[in-house]
Amino acid sequence: MTSLEPVLRQHPFFAGLDDAALTLLTGCARNVRFAPGQPLAREGRSADVFYLLRTGRAALGIPSPRGGTITIETLDAGDVIGWSWLFPPHLWQFDVTAVSEVHALALDGLCLRGKCEADPRLGYDLMKRFSRVMAARLAATRLQLLDLYRAGPHDFPSPEPP
Amino acid sequence: MMPIPWRVAERWDETADTFTVALEPSRPGEPPGFKPGQFNMLYAFGAGESALSISGDPSLPGRRLHTVRKVGTVTSALARLRPGDQVGLRGPFGTSWPMTDLKGRDLIFVAGGIGLAPLRPAIYHALRFRADYGSIRILVGARSPADLLYAAELANWQEIPGVFREVTVDRGTAAWNGHVGVVTKLIPPLPLDPGNSAALICGPEIMMRYTATALREKGLPAAAIHVTMERNMKCALAHCGHCQIGPHFICREGPVYPLDRIAFWLTQREV
Amino acid sequence: MSPPSVQSILERDRLQDLFDVLHRRGYTVIGPTVRDRAIVCEALRAASDLPEGWEDVPEAGSYRLRRRPDKALFGFTVPTNSWKEWLHPKRLKLLGAGRDGEGNLHFTPGDDAEPPKLAFLGARSCELHAIAIQDRVFLGGTFVDPHYAKRRANVLIIATNCGRAGGTCFCVSMNTGPSVDGRRTPFDLSLTELLDDSGHRFLLEAGSQTGTALLDELPVREVTTRELRAARTLLDNTASQMGRSLETQGLAETMLQNLDHPRWQQVADRCLNCANCTMVCPTCFCTTVEDVTSLTGDHAERWRRWDSCFNLDFTWMHGGPARQSARSRYRQWLTHKLATWHEQFGSSGCVGCGRCISWCPVGIDLTEEARALRAP
Repeated sequence: MTSLEPVLRQHPFFAGLDDAALTLLTGCARNVRFAPGQPLAREGRSADVFYLLRTGRAALGIPSPRGGTITIETLDAGDVIGWSWLFPPHLWQFDVTAVSEVHALALDGLCLRGKCEADPRLGYDLMKRFSRVMAARLAATRLQLLDLYRAGPHDFPSPEPP
Repeated sequence: MMPIPWRVAERWDETADTFTVALEPSRPGEPPGFKPGQFNMLYAFGAGESALSISGDPSLPGRRLHTVRKVGTVTSALARLRPGDQVGLRGPFGTSWPMTDLKGRDLIFVAGGIGLAPLRPAIYHALRFRADYGSIRILVGARSPADLLYAAELANWQEIPGVFREVTVDRGTAAWNGHVGVVTKLIPPLPLDPGNSAALICGPEIMMRYTATALREKGLPAAAIHVTMERNMKCALAHCGHCQIGPHFICREGPVYPLDRIAFWLTQREV
Repeated sequence: MSPPSVQSILERDRLQDLFDVLHRRGYTVIGPTVRDRAIVCEALRAASDLPEGWEDVPEAGSYRLRRRPDKALFGFTVPTNSWKEWLHPKRLKLLGAGRDGEGNLHFTPGDDAEPPKLAFLGARSCELHAIAIQDRVFLGGTFVDPHYAKRRANVLIIATNCGRAGGTCFCVSMNTGPSVDGRRTPFDLSLTELLDDSGHRFLLEAGSQTGTALLDELPVREVTTRELRAARTLLDNTASQMGRSLETQGLAETMLQNLDHPRWQQVADRCLNCANCTMVCPTCFCTTVEDVTSLTGDHAERWRRWDSCFNLDFTWMHGGPARQSARSRYRQWLTHKLATWHEQFGSSGCVGCGRCISWCPVGIDLTEEARALRAP
């Protein structure tokens, strides 16, 4: 079996990470594959991994009160999926479903949490990487909230036309 | 300036709230040409005039396409037009996407919602004079798959060599296997040469601001980012005062601006 | 080449001759008169229509007429309305449209009549500057407004020097008066009213060939050096009487750097958004259009009328007005007038006539607002 280290090194999420940390992380990583429609995660279930997408597309969704799932966002090669493993109670907050065939690296959260606690430098580095992703996702979600294309060019509520 | 009657040759729905009218001159003679990004003032009998960007092919000036969203009295009156009806047309007015200046560059088109309509003439131009430009990226954001304009054309463009097209929607459906999310998120993964690229953006102002920021983060200078502004217009002659933003008469100095010229005003509120 | 300069004296009791000469030449005289306890510009029949012995007392949010101790005809400052309404009509039919049974449209011009020949009698220096500004707006851009152009071409200007400044005047600050200057704002004839122990008379100066020709037809006499000196002293006095002042140095930059200044909200709290200031302003030029249809539905018209940036629907687009708050609308007006106008038309949009100050129902004073924006 070939080492996953080169794959990890090439993934944008880990760009610039030092060798020691990469070796450490490789120990927690495994290759995974999902067929279209197959779940990567289910809301409410135990979140013990996160994914680095290598190819394919996954949809992040919430079960709709009217049935089915509302897709909030899709994620593609180069994206990271999942940070619930970082925080108790370590449960997925969303559904993640493969839209096309997905190849990804799954990193074992249990193993990583231990390593991060023991090595705060690694923990801080990893936390910074996740924070940047979270901030970008939050900004994008806020923009989505505006329902831009329906409301017209204004970012404030409009009264009735005269 | 008096309008000239043009005849509705065809009319079709694009989405639930948008439609396209194809106009042709009702008088013999060479119709005036237009440049991508310019707009016309269309007069619907008795209802009034509306400033509407041209969304057709600039190489076919005698077939003037306007994709219109039904939002008010005039656009609703235009929506009721049938082939054979006439409208009054004044124009074209305003600045255009600088297609000549952009020769040799990689082009990134970013459209939000109905913003694809004013960009389409520039896309047609770039595809027609394909050799004049480097790679062509067309990034489109829409509310939902059903709100996507020119869906068949978007699919065709994808097949053209050197053309990269991505579509994202704010709200996906079960049948949608494309991107879901804001259009700005299509930008970070783009491999681009900031020194030799130009962006042409059209959409709601806030979308253009975020898109411009995402492009600047990729190293694109403000002068290489072009945006198109929208304001209430009554005369299109820089006389009625309605379309002003700061010192700009959008009808005359706009609607297309290099970002560095309009950035100050684009970031002010309620101007 | 400077315009020909011919100066002469016309006695007060021969002023009617000027009306007669203008009438013979086919001009309607537009000039000041007293109506509804105000001095307004309108068509005058004779010299006796002029506001003899009246003067205005304009203050912030206030306007009164009072009797003068003398019988001066031009002893007021500016009329309540400006001359723009004759060049840029309040309402104008742009076109008529007809639709036949096949859906074909036919357009007919709405304003194709030859405009009347008008003589503007008594236009002040600030008002000539306002006309020059509107000339740049309507004639100096990419597009020429044909409605304005033909009216403007038919106007003869008899300018009047100011013998008195009012409480809201600040033309000295704006470098637009109180003396008319034919090199900057051409006129056909200028008139300075002299009223002293030596009598009641007018110093006339021709500023164009038409003006010279008019002088030739009038019973004028040569001007004395004493009268020339009296006229100069009068204008110097007026210049020193300005009721208001506005520091224009660096003003445009200051305003654009202070778009979020708290003062905008403070003035918006007082502003009624009534649009009075824009209606009386001699340079405000904004218009909107109205479409009307006949009951039978086969004829429609398109009318243009004055509009104001204070109106909420002025910036209406799908989704709402771009300038929703009163704060943003007042800010638009003042920054346009005093700042962005420079980039658009090469000068300030304000000529210091003070009308917006006196006709503001709550007495908002733009000189005070501009000053406040300079304070951090």
